[in-house]
Amino acid sequence: MKAHARSILGTDQLTVPEIESILKLARRMDPKRPPQLLRGRRVVLLFYEPSTRTRTSFEFAAKALGGTTALITAASSSIEKGESLIDTGWTVTSLGADVIVIRHPNSGAPYLLSRFVPVPIVNAGDGLHQHPSQALLDALTITHHKAGLKGLRVVIVGDVFHSRVARSNALLLSKFGAEVIFCGPPDLVPDVAATIAPGVMACHNLDAALRGADVVMSLRIQKERLSGHHISLDDYIAEFQITPHRMKLAKPDAIVMHPGPIVRGLELANEVADGPQSRVHEQVANGVKIRMAILSTVMKGAR
Amino acid sequence: MSAKTNTLLITGGRVIDPSSGMDRDMDVLLREGRVAELAAPGVLKASARETIDAKGRIVAPGFIDLHVHLREPGQSHKETIATGTAAAAAGGFTAVCAMPNTSPVNDSVQITRWMQAPERGAVVRLFPIAAATVGSLGERLTDFAALEQAGAVAVSDDGKPILEDAIMRDALREGARLNLPVVQHAEDSHRTAGCSMNLGPTSFRLGLRGMPNAAESDIVRRDIALARETGAHIHVAHISTAEAMEAVRQAKKARIRATTEITPHHFTLIDENVGEFDTHYKMNPPLRSVADRDAMIAGIVDGTVDAIATDHAPHAFHEKQVEFERASMGIIGLETALPIAVTVLHHHFQLPLWRIVELLSSGPARVFSLQGGTLAPGALANVTIFDPKKKWTYDLSQSRSKSRNTPYDGWSFTGKVIATIVAGTVVYSD
Repeated sequence: MKAHARSILGTDQLTVPEIESILKLARRMDPKRPPQLLRGRRVVLLFYEPSTRTRTSFEFAAKALGGTTALITAASSSIEKGESLIDTGWTVTSLGADVIVIRHPNSGAPYLLSRFVPVPIVNAGDGLHQHPSQALLDALTITHHKAGLKGLRVVIVGDVFHSRVARSNALLLSKFGAEVIFCGPPDLVPDVAATIAPGVMACHNLDAALRGADVVMSLRIQKERLSGHHISLDDYIAEFQITPHRMKLAKPDAIVMHPGPIVRGLELANEVADGPQSRVHEQVANGVKIRMAILSTVMKGAR
Repeated sequence: MSAKTNTLLITGGRVIDPSSGMDRDMDVLLREGRVAELAAPGVLKASARETIDAKGRIVAPGFIDLHVHLREPGQSHKETIATGTAAAAAGGFTAVCAMPNTSPVNDSVQITRWMQAPERGAVVRLFPIAAATVGSLGERLTDFAALEQAGAVAVSDDGKPILEDAIMRDALREGARLNLPVVQHAEDSHRTAGCSMNLGPTSFRLGLRGMPNAAESDIVRRDIALARETGAHIHVAHISTAEAMEAVRQAKKARIRATTEITPHHFTLIDENVGEFDTHYKMNPPLRSVADRDAMIAGIVDGTVDAIATDHAPHAFHEKQVEFERASMGIIGLETALPIAVTVLHHHFQLPLWRIVELLSSGPARVFSLQGGTLAPGALANVTIFDPKKKWTYDLSQSRSKSRNTPYDGWSFTGKVIATIVAGTVVYSD
């Protein structure tokens, strides 16, 4: 058993130097001329939930570094036959996995796996809980445009309650001294959200939140999640859609981000999604680099 | 057998018997399964065949647990009546009340009798609590009179709260008529669907849906109102919120027949202890906030709480070591109740030992009108001897329970059960 298997489970468990070192490594990663850091290594992508961006970028990242990948999805495996997560973890490890990248609909599933399986676990999104590789790629994107994270005003708009991206980002940004404002209707941004980390606030008025913002992050809204709440789709659009007009409240050099997939005309107006301040495509490109850095980092720890 | 072979003398201990207000050093003579005599130390010397030296220890009426899950019939992979009552004996309990959420549900005279049959191998006294509605489906009342006749000491749909006002009213009316307590697991399950812990900062941080306090306290208030209306005895199981505690406190002031029990985990642990999805801290009701935990202590101190009950809930490894939201609720608790009570309530919060003994013996006996909870001459010789100063470490591998789901493995406690005596026979000794 590799006693010191290094996992990446959540941004709260990473120290500032660890995050800085992953970002530094990611900046050096060139997907066209990658170092063969994962040669002979097997990366298992254990995906219990559908994913396009995250799965593909982990796969490209692993392959670029010379590793072999195997994709296991819930529908195509013994998971469907009722195998427990721990047993699946052991099976995959016995088959020779050197690292497991897991996406799971239940919050905390990667933690369970990491307690029982002796290889590094990388959380690729667990329930409503965390999505650390997304927060790291967002930090990579922000730091490309801003001098640093400290003191930045970052507004995260949308369905914060259901968002693992919001949690991972707030926890990461708070460590660096950024100010994080969660913004959305009270049902989706409960006041308790502000307790997640120092420097985090909850706000139900988008104009107030956007004033002086350096970074505007929009989150995905699932229409079916609005239905059980007190706000209608039309009201949401009227109050919380990020429009060119509203963006004027933010700093002139503010950037706009979205973890995808974007529902056009709901969260972001088209002019904003495709506008000069949008960094959405850059985020996706950074996804491969950050995942190369993550896989290199956890494999270094596992040697 | 001669009378002497059936005698047991407990010498030099400090006898705490809240039922009579006694708290002093006494020797206790047990004969033929009854308490024969209490006398000043030394007086009864050599009058018994067997002697237990209880110097420096507390001699108390046998502990009674109002709330355990023994999993038989139907779920013997988790626990059996034999293993569960062995754990009870090791925890100082001389009697346990077994909840009806077995498989099938104990809603019948047959199962109630089956559970009490000698073949089950119970080490301590077992009192069944029968289901209040058929199959615990909340639709049709069971036959309370027949179940009481068969030995049920209360009725409850524990784990499946009775939400319909009309059904709960009917249950309380029938309970009032027969003088049978109705036990409610107070949870508005419409408001807790999909929830796996307490609502608060920790549930938000972990991305888990949280149960609001009101889901418990609203049902408690409704039940108390119905108890007032019907004159019935409502017993609030495993109370966990400040609001519910206040409701019971006010009900008692208004002389409504409301009683409540508290688990060691609800007066010790809080929701933050879930940490990073540790399912050993997943229970229902969930661990609550610090403010709620403090309100639990206040309720214990001021007398609102009638009993400490464990909600001993054994689950197998494969039911507990799964994704947090899918893990079974509950922990085993029989062996750790007294140590936690003494460590937390006595040594930390300075609660007098007699109050702890009351919460574990005469208090629960009164709630379900059970024989026991007293050391008065003539009473059943059910006795628990414990050392309130002994320091020790709980080693789960030594547990009598069939299951291993507890957060307390490796915890150090001050206070340990030394001997458990049921009807004059030592069923556990340290």
